[in-house]
Parts: sequence; C-alpha cells; structure tokens
Amino acid sequence: MTSSTAVPEPGPNAADRTHAAAGPDVDVIAIAPDPEVAAGILAETPLEDIFDEGVVARAQDLIARYPQSRSALLPMLHLVQSVQGYVSQEGIAFCAKQLELSDAEVSAVATFYTMYKRRPCGEHLVSVCTNTLCAAMGGDAIYKKLQTHLGSEEKPLGHNETAGTPNEPGSITLEHAECLAACDLAPVIQVNYEYFDNQTEEKAVALVDALQAGKKPAPTRGAPLTNFKGAELQLAGFFPEDERQYRKDVDGPSQAVETLRGAKLAQERGWVAPAAKDIPLPEVEKK
Amino acid sequence: MADPITPVLTKRWLSPNSWQIGQYEALEGYTAIRKALAGTPEQLVQLVKDSGLRGRGGAGFPAGIKWSFMPPNFDKPHYLVINADEGEPGTCKDIPLMMADPHSLIEGCIIASYAMRSNHCFIYVRGEALHCIRRLNAAVREAEAAGYLGENILGSGFDLKITVHAGAGAYICGEETALLDSLEGRRGQPRLKPPFPAAAGLYAAPTTVNNVETIASAPFIVNGGSSWFREMGREKSPGPKIYSISGHVEKPGQYECPLGTTLRELLDMAGGMKDGIPLKFWTPGGSSTPMFTAEHLDVPLDFEGAAEAGSMLGTTAVQVFNETVSVPWAVMKWTQFYEHESCGKCTPCREGTYWLAQILERMVEGHGTEEDIDTLLDVCDNILGRSFCALGDGAVSPITSGIKYFRDEFLALCETNKAKQKPELVGAQA
Repeated sequence: MTSSTAVPEPGPNAADRTHAAAGPDVDVIAIAPDPEVAAGILAETPLEDIFDEGVVARAQDLIARYPQSRSALLPMLHLVQSVQGYVSQEGIAFCAKQLELSDAEVSAVATFYTMYKRRPCGEHLVSVCTNTLCAAMGGDAIYKKLQTHLGSEEKPLGHNETAGTPNEPGSITLEHAECLAACDLAPVIQVNYEYFDNQTEEKAVALVDALQAGKKPAPTRGAPLTNFKGAELQLAGFFPEDERQYRKDVDGPSQAVETLRGAKLAQERGWVAPAAKDIPLPEVEKK
Repeated sequence: MADPITPVLTKRWLSPNSWQIGQYEALEGYTAIRKALAGTPEQLVQLVKDSGLRGRGGAGFPAGIKWSFMPPNFDKPHYLVINADEGEPGTCKDIPLMMADPHSLIEGCIIASYAMRSNHCFIYVRGEALHCIRRLNAAVREAEAAGYLGENILGSGFDLKITVHAGAGAYICGEETALLDSLEGRRGQPRLKPPFPAAAGLYAAPTTVNNVETIASAPFIVNGGSSWFREMGREKSPGPKIYSISGHVEKPGQYECPLGTTLRELLDMAGGMKDGIPLKFWTPGGSSTPMFTAEHLDVPLDFEGAAEAGSMLGTTAVQVFNETVSVPWAVMKWTQFYEHESCGKCTPCREGTYWLAQILERMVEGHGTEEDIDTLLDVCDNILGRSFCALGDGAVSPITSGIKYFRDEFLALCETNKAKQKPELVGAQA
C-alpha cells in the first residue's frame, strides 16, 4: 500500500507561533518569520485626513437627503472618488466616520460595486462595452486595439490599468464594461460615463489620442467632457452651481438617429397611436 | 387594429428639447396629474388594474395589482422606488426614455405615489447612465419650481419629494430586493421573499418597486383611460411597448409598437437583416430570455406569445445575430457576464456561473469534449430554481436554449478538438 497524505492532527499546531493565538505576553514581532518586515505593525498609523470642510459639508448634505443616513453611502463613495479619483482607505474611513459605520462595513460595500475603483484612476476613464452584442459588432476588437495602443504589443494595458500617471493630465484608465444599455448604437464606448456611440477601431484610437493630447472630444450623447473626478461629483449628486454651465450639461445631445428611428418612421408613414378621449376615472366603491 | 408603430411614450422624442419642462407642458405634459389628484387613490389603482398594464421591467406582473398590495394604513411611511437600473444585456429602452422625456417619468411618479399614498419616491438610476441622472435631476428641479413636486401639489394637499439616486455598477441591483438593499447603503444582494416589498421593503416599510417604462405609461393611461390603452396590444398583454432592436439589422433603434408585434414585422421596420446576411439567432428580451431562431419569426412578442414558444418577453430587447456569429461564443460571452455579476449570495449561482464560464471558455478554445455539453446541462440543472433571485435562472437560459437549437455547433467544437489531438504513443497506455 502506498502511503497516503498525512492527515493533520487536530488541535493547536504550534499555537505559540501564530499571531492569532498569541497572548499579550508574546512578542509577536520577535516570532515573525521576518522580524524586520513585521517591525512597526502594531503601531497606530493614523490615516491622513485629506478631506476638507467642503467635502464634509457635502457629505452631510447627502445624509440629509435620505430618511436613514446609511442610504447616503453609495453617493458618498462617489463623492470621495471625486476627490481622490478612487476609493482609498482614507475615503473608506471618511465615509465610516460620517455615517457612524465601521470601516469594515464601508469596505464591504465599496468592494462590491464595479464603479468604485480601488486604485488611482487616470484623468479619464475609458469603458469599452464587450458584452455579447457589442463584442459581435466590433467591441472586442476595439478593446484589444486600445489595450495595445495604450500599452504596447508586448505588454497590452490590462483591465482597470492606467496609461500614464494616475490623476495627471492625459492619463487614461481602460476597462472593459458590461452591457452599457446602448445596444442599438453598438459598439459603444463611454468616457467618464458619457456615450461615444457607433465606434470603430479607428474612431476609438482617435478618441484616446485626443484625450491624451488634452483635448475633450464631444460625446455623441452626454455633457461636454470634464474628467473622471468631475463625473463622479455629479454621480454623487452635485451639479455645476453656475446656471449656464448646468444647463449646458443638461442640454448635451441625446437625440441619436437610432433613438428616434421608430418615432420618425411612424411620422413618415402617418402611423399614430389611437386617439385618446377624455374619459373620467373609474367609479369605485368607497371603503 | 392599431397601426404598426404606436408612438405613446416615444411621441415627444422628436421634439427639440423634449426633456425641458416648457416643451413637456406644451405637449400635454402635467395634465394627467391634475386629473389624477382630483380623483382618489382607489380610483387610480382601479384604472391601472382595468388597463391591464403589466410591468415593463421583464417579469410582466400586473401593475395595478402590485399597487393594490400596498397596505391602506400608515403605521410606517410608504415608498415608491423606480427601478432605472437598466443593465440586462441588450436592453436599452429606459435610458433613451429618461434622456428624451424625463418629465413623463416624473409625472408618472407623482400619479403612482399618490395612488399608493407615498410621500417620498426614489429613482434608482444605473450609475453608468450619467446623462439620465443629469436630466432627471434637472426635471425634478423644474417640476419643484413649477409646483408639481413639494408640498401641497397644485393645492391638492398631497406632498411628494423625489430623490434621484445613482447606483454604482452592479447588474444585480436591477433585482427589486437587491435594489432596496443597495438603496439602504448595503451590498446589493437579493432578499428572501416573503415578505414582499409591499409588506416590508425600503427601511422595512411598505414599498412598491416599478420599472421606468411602467410608471411613464401611467400619465397616458390617466388621460386616455383603460379602454384606450387596450386598443393597442393583445387581450392579456395590452398597450404599446418600446422594442429595442439591435445587432445585425440595417436600422437598429427604438420602435414603440403594440404588444404582440412579431420579429418579422420588426425586421421589416428595421430595414431587414444587415447586408442581407441571414438571421441565425435572436433574443426576445435580453440575454436572460432563452434565444429564438429563424423558426420563431412569427411568434407574437407579448408575455403569452413568447412564453408559449419557450422563452420570455423580458424587456423586449431584441438582439439580432446573423450567421457569422458562433452560438457557443455568444453563450460564453453572456455566461462570463453572469459570472461577473453574480452577487455571491447563493452557492448554486456563485459557483455554478463560475464553472459554466470555465467550461464554455475551454470549449470555445477548442479543448472541449462531448461530455462537456452534458456537464453544462447538469450544472444548469443545479442552478435553475435553486437561487434566491432570477439571476441564476437567467444565466442558464442562453446555455440551455443555445444547446437546444445549436447542439451541432457545440459538438463541432469538440470534433475539431478530437481531430487536433495527437495520436497517443504506442505503449503510453499501461
């Protein structure tokens, strides 16, 4: 008979050598595999407070919008992302403090949602839809092209990786996205969540080239581009205070040919919904 | 018989600045709330029941019945929550609607909130839909300024506040109870039902969750009446519906037709197949609805018709694929989507989607075997009906329907693999 794999004995295995089992009298640094690396792990390292009074005021404004404060967590994570370009440990601690939650509770939420980035992002976030329909219409090819164009043939840029230095002008974070709900305009790309519809490899390359050169190409549907942080501020629920700027954003284009096709065809052919007559509301018995 | 296209929800879309309140009011906007607020909540619930309006988010539950589940008492505040987390692959109807005509949704929210005695309504919009969030926010501001929102709306004594809330990129939040968890600031994971949201929804208070298109239909029903609404569509699935046609057709786009329109009719409007390349497969309402083939061109696309033919109406997201597209590849892409979006709460879905994606990737790479097809079906069998929500059920739809109609294509992948395998060396098998 061949010898089977050894079955671990139940009970504490070298409990005195694990941090978890160590009592207060054990010098955990001394027993660490590499004491030099472990040095200082017990010291309280306070997180830097990088959020100023303005951000605190906005966080409080968010809380006031909901019947229960915790509902403000998702917008608040967008808010911290608008400050730092990602959700940092400081950002998590900030939300936790504002909402009287633990860091762990906030972390659990922040790591669940795709739009909260765990590493610093570029000035712009470029999302390429690679779900089935867009992929079949050319989305996969566009994504591959951008990977090598923003990276290199040898080292293509990966999902959620940044070309350039994060937060620096012209830097771009690339991601492949799930269905962006613009299938009639496939394949689509979003830059900072504004739509660039009916893309091709050439158009996509020209788009990222322009972004890298500091230009702000106009989206097919959406407001004039700012940057990733600016988009995140709006997602948090804060819009430009300047009325003209606000209106310009809201009135950014949306009437794509595809969107209007059915309505236009009906108009051309004289097709209409049945005429509505003004009929009183139904009578119901009083309870 | 109604016309082939019946623009109701889409009728204002051609107007310049259709999203602005001035334009909306000029085109009969905010006339329905005057009529609604002059009536009683019971009358409105009855009207929507009579109209036969069914939920436009995919499940097709009768909206009036859902509204009537809200308790009549006021132990807790009531909430109306609009599900604007559009993300089902292929679905692209709510986003253009919110961009083009956000006020119709706002007016619908006022009517529905009044009918369900709610004074706070939330619109949970998918985070990636930033332009919709912006337009809705502007619409709320305009409506507040005009006295359509806030306290004592138009002197009726009814108060309503609308909060536009941005999601953060999680498909699962389109499931109504996951959406409520997300709106409460948690991970978006579905809840066990019962209790249903009408009993214990947002903050454990009575809540109704409705899709954008459903609620945007309400003002038209109030103005036109239930029999007008029933002049369009079919007996059990009345009304107009926005069909979103995408993929390999000449003129993809949004076509608002009476329910029960067939793909043959839709293709005719959309200019036929792109470059004349024949149709291979299509989905009637997103990737979670089992696929159809060219055999199903004349299936009436309403809730009953699609179900009788072995699929579901879903969101009427008609994704059309021509002969150049490999079915196993398309199924693999969709499966990768479900794997990514599974929230991880239920083991069959969390683990199952992961294995399904791996098997399909292996097959598409040419390393599959015939047994893999059985393994896929077996894993599907272990997911279907065994998770809290419909995500798991949706995940198996493309696979089971793909194998049902295109088993040969899956087998062909295995054949090429067999042919590629080198003959084993003599004596290698002991």
